[in-house]
Amino acid sequence: MMTPRTLAGALAFAVLAVAAPFAPAWLVSLATVAFANGLVVLGLVILWRAGLVPFGQALFYATGAYTVALIGRYTGVHDVFVTLAAGAAAAGLVAFLTGFLLARYRDIFFAMLSLAMSMILYGVLVKTETLGSTDGFHVESGTFLGFAPAGALHDLAFYWLVLAVCALAALQVAIYFDSVAGMLGAPVRDNEIRVEFLGISVNRLIHLKLVIAGVLAGLGGALAALAVEHVDPSMSYWTTSGGFVFVTILAGAGSVAAAFVGSLVFELVRSIAVDLFPGEWQIALGTALLLTILLLPGGLGSLVGRLPRLKRKTGAA
Amino acid sequence: MLTAFAILTDGLVYAAYLFLVAVGLTLIFGVMKILNVTHGSFYAFGAYGAATAVGIYANADWPDAAGFLLMIALAMAIGLMLGLVLERGILRFAYGRDEVVVVLVTYAVFLMLEDVIALIWGRESYGAYQPMVAAGNIEIGDLVLSNYDIGLVAIAALVAGLGYWALKHTRYGRLLTVVIFDRETAAAFGINVKVVYTVTFVIGAMLGALGGAVMAPKISVTLGIGVEVIVLAFAVVVTGGLGSIEGALIGSLIVGLCRAAAVHLVPQIELFVIYAVMALVLVFRPYGLFTQAQPRKI
Repeated sequence: MMTPRTLAGALAFAVLAVAAPFAPAWLVSLATVAFANGLVVLGLVILWRAGLVPFGQALFYATGAYTVALIGRYTGVHDVFVTLAAGAAAAGLVAFLTGFLLARYRDIFFAMLSLAMSMILYGVLVKTETLGSTDGFHVESGTFLGFAPAGALHDLAFYWLVLAVCALAALQVAIYFDSVAGMLGAPVRDNEIRVEFLGISVNRLIHLKLVIAGVLAGLGGALAALAVEHVDPSMSYWTTSGGFVFVTILAGAGSVAAAFVGSLVFELVRSIAVDLFPGEWQIALGTALLLTILLLPGGLGSLVGRLPRLKRKTGAA
Repeated sequence: MLTAFAILTDGLVYAAYLFLVAVGLTLIFGVMKILNVTHGSFYAFGAYGAATAVGIYANADWPDAAGFLLMIALAMAIGLMLGLVLERGILRFAYGRDEVVVVLVTYAVFLMLEDVIALIWGRESYGAYQPMVAAGNIEIGDLVLSNYDIGLVAIAALVAGLGYWALKHTRYGRLLTVVIFDRETAAAFGINVKVVYTVTFVIGAMLGALGGAVMAPKISVTLGIGVEVIVLAFAVVVTGGLGSIEGALIGSLIVGLCRAAAVHLVPQIELFVIYAVMALVLVFRPYGLFTQAQPRKI
């Protein structure tokens, strides 16, 4: 299993982990959120390879986040491993249930139906006053199997946790992409009726992809909730989903690493743009997205493939 | 009884608003197969244009009707320019790409236009209530209705009627129907599809701006009004069936009445009743109420 690609990935994660104590605190917290969101983007990459673009992935993101927050608030359990597992499982369950409906749709209708579902959750959250309505509520910081550091040490420990979760998820998804079910994404995108004629149920295939993407989004939301120590309904609003789709397009579906690199680049560009032109940062973002779509259809990840030396090795990624 | 009547009138007024914002969206989708997120910007630009016009006429000493006409004319002019610039300047480079990718192109433009609005009109909100006050109220029994709301329903009915007539009985409308039915065959028969696209997009943009203009007196014109409108209009259009004008009409009536009923009977569900209706319709009619089933292409 130790292919050069896996080795490079492991090396990259090791470097990121070792570098953290020497990086400024703002960069670590930015990277924490960026990598947590990278998990959601990873899920979108799986769907995007099959030609599906959900405009409501925030549904699963918010489900994961609110599950963690609610467990912390009502049961007093703050262990990150328990709450993260619960968040991912809850999002997976929601994805499994909504998947029966969503897996029947394609293209724009898939996008809009998933959007409608996330907006229903948004409406419920906004109207639920016990959960703080539009303000949301505070999430207490997590503990690590009884280990409860505070301040900078906690932030660092949490960053390492996010990194570890991302590394595991990246490895799992890379394995999935090499499996038959994973490789069937592109054929489904090109012509799903032919896939049906091969004797494969496209609906079940897509249902599986939806659940995987849902679990990843739930995990991302759970990590994000613990990182910023706050949840609010805007996590399920459609502009949040739009942001994830944005990063997916920016990064491209070429590789697993692109999801995390894209998410990090996006967070960096956004915070720099907000800093430099507070009034016009959306123009900067929109321009970046527009230029990527029109000039780089494969996303930023495709730039790597254009390097002549690497091209031979990776072939048609 | 009073509640039932209130639901009916509120529902009709809300349906008129929904139809006005949805019709341009569905027209553009029907002809060009583009789900146009920028529609929210057209709406916002129309509303800001109308607010500016109301500002002009409130200071000058003009009759109310002239002010109202100026409001609509200015908004439509903005829609015309904006639509033309976007279609010729950006969108035409994205034709032929995946439908979903084109959605993202319009999403990018929408993000940019949000800031453009802030640059032109600033970040404060505008009130444009004068036409609403000037129109006055009418009392039917115990119920007080705003004349402006009645006018809104009339305008929506007028747009629906005009649209139907233009599609069925004018030369351009017939050509449009042909392009909707089969773009390539239409092009082979000598129809200039490029021109049809541009004209359709501009008309759609003007309709979006019109929706914003007539709603401006009823709302506070502020940043971010376009965001909500897009999702609402999408929900309505998908309920009725993308690309069908009749669908947009029926969709806005259903959604408008359901929302009014929710507001009066179960206010807790008001925020998401629209999406619930849409999801319910899609469960039984996967492509909306008024779309014919497409044969599967192998």
